[in-house]
Amino acid sequence: MRNAFVRAVTKAAAADDRIMLLTGDVGYKVFDDFAAGFPSRFLNMGVSEANMVSTAAGLALEGMRPFTYSIVPFATVRCLEQIRNDVCNMELPVVITGVGAGFAYGENGPTHHGVDDVAALRAMPGMTVVGPADPREAEQAVSALIDNARPAYLRLGRAGEPVLPGTDAPFVLGRPKVLVEGAGVAVLACGGIASEALQAARILESDGVRALVLSVHTVKPITGLADMLRAREVRSVLTVEEHGPAGGLFEAVCAHLSVERDAPRIRGLHAPDAFFHVCGSRKALLEMLRLDTPSIVAAVKEALADQR
Amino acid sequence: MVAGAQVAHVASALSCVEILVSLYFGHARVFPREPSLPERDRIILSKGHAAAALYACLAERGFFPTEMLERFACNGSLLGEHPHFGDVPGVECTSGFLGHGLGIGIGMALAMRMAGSKSSVYVVLSDGECNEGSTWEAALWAPAHGLSSVTAIIDFNGLQACGKSTEITCLEPLAGKWAAFGWEALEVDGHDMCAITDALRAPRGEKPRAIVARTVKGKGVSFMEHNLEWHYRPPSPQDLAKALAELGGASG
Repeated sequence: MRNAFVRAVTKAAAADDRIMLLTGDVGYKVFDDFAAGFPSRFLNMGVSEANMVSTAAGLALEGMRPFTYSIVPFATVRCLEQIRNDVCNMELPVVITGVGAGFAYGENGPTHHGVDDVAALRAMPGMTVVGPADPREAEQAVSALIDNARPAYLRLGRAGEPVLPGTDAPFVLGRPKVLVEGAGVAVLACGGIASEALQAARILESDGVRALVLSVHTVKPITGLADMLRAREVRSVLTVEEHGPAGGLFEAVCAHLSVERDAPRIRGLHAPDAFFHVCGSRKALLEMLRLDTPSIVAAVKEALADQR
Repeated sequence: MVAGAQVAHVASALSCVEILVSLYFGHARVFPREPSLPERDRIILSKGHAAAALYACLAERGFFPTEMLERFACNGSLLGEHPHFGDVPGVECTSGFLGHGLGIGIGMALAMRMAGSKSSVYVVLSDGECNEGSTWEAALWAPAHGLSSVTAIIDFNGLQACGKSTEITCLEPLAGKWAAFGWEALEVDGHDMCAITDALRAPRGEKPRAIVARTVKGKGVSFMEHNLEWHYRPPSPQDLAKALAELGGASG
């Protein structure tokens, strides 16, 4: 997903000389092409995330379109006050880019886990929050956020995520994307964990359950979700996210659907409200925290049992 | 203004008056009738709590009518206690949250350099802002990238919100710190407009410039000078009359 992001930004920079890339000394060799092609528009800001965001705001005030880049916690909560006052308050077209959503940096421990960033950034007034499901959505998100020209947070996975079926459909900011058609029950995923949701849907299908799978690539704002669910007579919704219970996809979906008459019942699979100290790869942590494919299958079956 | 609105920070505003006047009425290129003209110099009041001094300069310089000053910090006014970008002609960016102005100024200077602009960026900081790590993040970065169009002016009045600046942190030698970070550091009497202007005009090399302006908090009003209470206390009508008599002014 990271490489797709870099490709997309490099391509955008070739077409638009306002595009800039600022890194907080993260991404060794990853930006070589960008830096070679557009040396004056690539800045290593050092391990100084606060100054990176303020500088991006200054650039944007002068008409540039900067992307800032670091590992999720450092790109976001480390410099949240700069994001709040410099970017959001002045409504500037800066894209805060975090690499390593959820447990992508699993082995690095909880300091590097990105499980509270969506909550923090969703709370920022006027902020758009996007978590692509795969490399294709990451590329689509880059151009959508450039066109949007507003404060945005782009929450990337790391590297090596598979390209998912269904993500080639048009990307509209705010509007969830159908990855697998279904009815009655829906799995709503944000970020790379959508691939677990898709595998779960395949298993469920072999058990005779046609679960709708959506990539809720935009966690803020969410548009049109209620209509999509109503059209498929969805009575149970399961949200799946690599994020804590507060302020992430689950709460965003609850807020969106709460105003609906006969809203579906919503359950959430998410990380615990605690720092998770056990070391492990992303895959291992997803298993331990019951965010993996079998856990999604089980949760969907539980939801269906409740419907009866 | 501050007496009318019954708000704080009058002493913080008084310490940077000569700095702002030296910029807006002297050295800096500003275009009050066309406040967004690309050729202008950018002036950032990073110590946004001194907005009263900034607004007074902008109004007197012709950016907006001086009558607007009477509405400072009043209900429904766009002249808030801290300046807000987009609401007030001449305000280059929102400020008041300390330690952001220098980074924003660096971004502006970078963009202008790419655009081939000859404009300069002036950032007015408080000594309290030199407690903020982000100020020093920016201070470390700018010299490494030859941003000689940036000038930081530190209003070193020696008093921050809850005490003496040099006792709360190891601020001295302040000019020495900027020099050690790679800035061309100068020290001036921050109430001597000739000295400030000379420091602004001095020939420039490849380094950004830091001007440590030694100032007096509450300058010009005997009972406010060096008195921490006036970081907070709104002047009463009696205080205002006494202060204006000392300053020789006629209106609030």
